[in-house]
Amino acid sequence: MDKQRLNELAEIARRVRVGIIDAVYSASSGHPGGSLSIADILTYLYFEELRVDPANPDAPDRDRFVLSKGHCAPALYSVLAQRGFIPVEDLKTFRKTTSYLQGHPDMKHTPGVDMTSGSLGQGVSVAAGMALAAKMDKSDRRVYAIMGDGESEEGQVWEAAMFAGHHHLDNLCYYVDLNGLQIDGSLDQVVDPRPHDEKFRAFGWNVISINAHDFNEIEAALKAAREYKGKPTVIIGNSVKGKGVSFMENNVGWHGKAPNTEEYEIAMRELGERA
Amino acid sequence: MAEKIATREAYGNALAEFGAKYENLVVLDADLAAATKTSTFKKAFPDRFFDCGIAENNMINVAVGLSLSGKIPFASTFAMFAAGRSYEQIRNSVGYPHTNVKIGATHAGITVGEDGATHQCNEDIALMRTIPGMTILNPADAVEARLAVEAAIKMQGPCYLRFGRMAVPVIFDANYKFEIGRGVKLADGTDVSLIATGIEVEQALAARELLAAEGISASVVNIHTIKPLDEDLVVAEAQKTGAVVTCEEHSIIGGLGGAVAECLSAKCPTPVLRVGVEDTFGRSGPAKELVSYFGLDAAAIAAKAKAAVALKK
Repeated sequence: MDKQRLNELAEIARRVRVGIIDAVYSASSGHPGGSLSIADILTYLYFEELRVDPANPDAPDRDRFVLSKGHCAPALYSVLAQRGFIPVEDLKTFRKTTSYLQGHPDMKHTPGVDMTSGSLGQGVSVAAGMALAAKMDKSDRRVYAIMGDGESEEGQVWEAAMFAGHHHLDNLCYYVDLNGLQIDGSLDQVVDPRPHDEKFRAFGWNVISINAHDFNEIEAALKAAREYKGKPTVIIGNSVKGKGVSFMENNVGWHGKAPNTEEYEIAMRELGERA
Repeated sequence: MAEKIATREAYGNALAEFGAKYENLVVLDADLAAATKTSTFKKAFPDRFFDCGIAENNMINVAVGLSLSGKIPFASTFAMFAAGRSYEQIRNSVGYPHTNVKIGATHAGITVGEDGATHQCNEDIALMRTIPGMTILNPADAVEARLAVEAAIKMQGPCYLRFGRMAVPVIFDANYKFEIGRGVKLADGTDVSLIATGIEVEQALAARELLAAEGISASVVNIHTIKPLDEDLVVAEAQKTGAVVTCEEHSIIGGLGGAVAECLSAKCPTPVLRVGVEDTFGRSGPAKELVSYFGLDAAAIAAKAKAAVALKK
């Protein structure tokens, strides 16, 4: 990727992170940690990878995206805002009683949201169904789903992995946000779902492991996924929970907590929004 | 004796029949195709049939993904594993986003027979009723099962269809009209209304004969759509006879009996007695014997009808 495009994507990802903090701060609740850790992959997906059109969000042959870890809705809303699906200023209505921006994604009321999600483990199965439908239709549309590492403790994730592997859904790409933390602590303090690579390989998947915050690695992985035939691909993104806001980074306490005013100001300064 | 055929059999036949007419129809099963009878569709349309293995939760959500891509999926397994195990998948991914998924649940109720309590789902209607926007169809015979399948294909949105394992008599003829949400008056009466659904329609019709022999005039109504309930018909019956008995092969809690009682307590307070599986689990035994054992046969309905008449002021 050339330097200029790299800088542009980094700037978009910065604005996505600003939107995440704005949304969670305005709502006084929400999930900043896991939202910040997927800001870069979402930026790349919506600005480089996905065949989607904000002017026609329901186009039948668009690529599909499912945020299986639906609690990270602030990241999805923020990237949809940057891409032009919804107004950026609406992010401040997140989780408000009369807002269309629900605490977890609601496809019925939010342009660009392909599937309602929030109950962990279900989105990846829905994505498999979407990929199966594309195969039946002989369409070249592709399907992407982001899941959490904690989410992979749900048995249904492995039902979906078995199904997609069995059906050779090479138009399907999962992304595991491996930030190592879940609500109750680090993965090894709860019930460790790792290693993901060996498990997915055993279910018939192509596996790629990357640094989740390096756009060159994201680009190479998604290109490899597109070109790989005969198996679905899973990209394991080694990420930093809370990435971009120093006091949130690698801190499990910021899984589902909103910053106070002082913390908000510090976060905005670190994200380059304040002099 | 009329011809006997299980509604699950009619379900499989209907899927195969309508597969030709509706090319977006796809069918999923969870390793029970031979029992749910979706195998009939599989034979006719192998490219539109997907066996998801013993993984019901994934199956429901795969169906959601298919529906969001323009397919009309029927996801099939036993009622226990559809409404029971996958309740939350249905609630959050079918009900809440109002996706166009049809759930073809077979082996409902105690007429599963010998397999016993673990496989006898007497709670599915109650569970499905609590989901906003869910349509619930419970056909009484093979004719109605076929019509219910096509109605489900033609409607937009979530639909739960309930079928049985046991062969039951064909009650309706070729001219029978089926409309979602519209109950069917099968016989008139003045003393008590027997409001029945599914295989209990046959038992209610037989109970009417028993009651007639004792000088009690009972009407019989078939409620094939539990939700949305035909409240106008239920209220009209209550106003006319002043006593209601609901009849269903389901728990007396939360099913047709619950729906009718909720309706009448608000719109036309009337004594309502409920025939169904009392607050208990099922057990193994020949299906036909279990119908009597659990108090679902014509004699049990007639006894409740007399009790309901006695409650009238």
